[in-house]
Amino acid sequence: MIKRFTVLLLLSGLAAIFVSLALGYVPDASLNQSALYYAENTVSDTGAANIVTAIIVTYRGLDTLGEVTVLFLTAAIVGLVLTRGAKAGKGKPMMASGELLTTGAGLLVPLILLMGTYVFVNGHLTPGGGFQGGAILASGIMLVLLTDPMKEFSHRLISVIESVSGLTFITIGGLGILMGAGFLDNSLLPKGTLGELFSAGTIPLVYSLIGLKVGAEFSSMLVSLSETEGS
Amino acid sequence: MSNLLLGMSIVLVIAMFVTALVAISQRRLSIAILAAGLVSLIASVMFLLLAAPDVAMTEAAIGSGLTTFLFFFVLGRVRGESDD
Amino acid sequence: MISFIAIGAGFGLILIGLYGALTNRNMLRMIVAFTVANTGVNLVLVAVGHMFGRTAPILDSTVPVAEAASRIIDPVPQALVLTAIVIGLGVTALMLAYVYRLHQTKHTLDIAKHTELKW
Repeated sequence: MIKRFTVLLLLSGLAAIFVSLALGYVPDASLNQSALYYAENTVSDTGAANIVTAIIVTYRGLDTLGEVTVLFLTAAIVGLVLTRGAKAGKGKPMMASGELLTTGAGLLVPLILLMGTYVFVNGHLTPGGGFQGGAILASGIMLVLLTDPMKEFSHRLISVIESVSGLTFITIGGLGILMGAGFLDNSLLPKGTLGELFSAGTIPLVYSLIGLKVGAEFSSMLVSLSETEGS
Repeated sequence: MSNLLLGMSIVLVIAMFVTALVAISQRRLSIAILAAGLVSLIASVMFLLLAAPDVAMTEAAIGSGLTTFLFFFVLGRVRGESDD
Repeated sequence: MISFIAIGAGFGLILIGLYGALTNRNMLRMIVAFTVANTGVNLVLVAVGHMFGRTAPILDSTVPVAEAASRIIDPVPQALVLTAIVIGLGVTALMLAYVYRLHQTKHTLDIAKHTELKW
């Protein structure tokens, strides 16, 4: 009783702060200075049509490097924590999945993987990009895991894909120091015309590598969780 | 036309609040997990109304897809515990 | 107008999620409440960047380059929220892995029974 009353008191104090913030909020009438710079100079600097992609990959590429590092750490820790438990074989063999699920998954999984690849290859032209495409790829792998729980996923293949993509991403960034204007610079490949698939410098390449790496990390997290023993 | 969008957003916000209350107070855990996935889905539609298509796609794929998968995996492994 | 509605909704979701995380004793319910609060925070961040009467920051045939500065909204909060959503999923996966291992030691999901760190 006392605990619930204390919680309600704390939350009402927080609600008072939120209400004062919300009442004092005035929406902007025109773009502020940094947004104005991004709106006017993105096409001439990088050649990408999607401004959010250009910010994530080029202007603030260092934050994306930090995020990729955090995801890598998370996938490694989940794999470490979950395989220390009792992993005494696979237990009794389960029933085979129904025919509807198996046939449907066999038709849908290549389409899902293709859609994920499309989303991250076209990240600089339409809404999309590496993180969305990687999540869609992991959903496809998840469907395979659901239909066939006894399937052996090789951790080595997933970790090889993840490490090679991460290493290539860092190498392209390092090449930017040697041949361009700084780390993760965009001008290693030609800018091209606005709206083409092969334009915007290294943005499609870098975002595809990020998409593969993120998809491999999410898949390794799901596979680690599905290989644990039932309690 | 913008009155229609405004009305739609108010209806969506009310639905989001009701679903969030279901997610934190329902007795059965599987219904609470599905309600959290539904909150993410409604938030993804709100992101689209706020003119942010990249964020809407990310929230729909990650918040409402992968998070629900992860929860149900762990729930299946610790099955047998009663709630609260 | 819609940004005020979205900011109010985001703040409400944060409060609901915090209440659920503080009053539940089952560990999985606490993680579900944290997920709801996470969604609320992202909603507030994107709602701050919205401006009335403008469209998404993608340049194509309907928003040509010459008039981009007067027709698109602020792209920086969207880039921040993209990162935040992905890292929120990573943190949730980590919390779930720890809950699973804690359950394996004492076979209970009640957080009041795990008392090794209390004095």
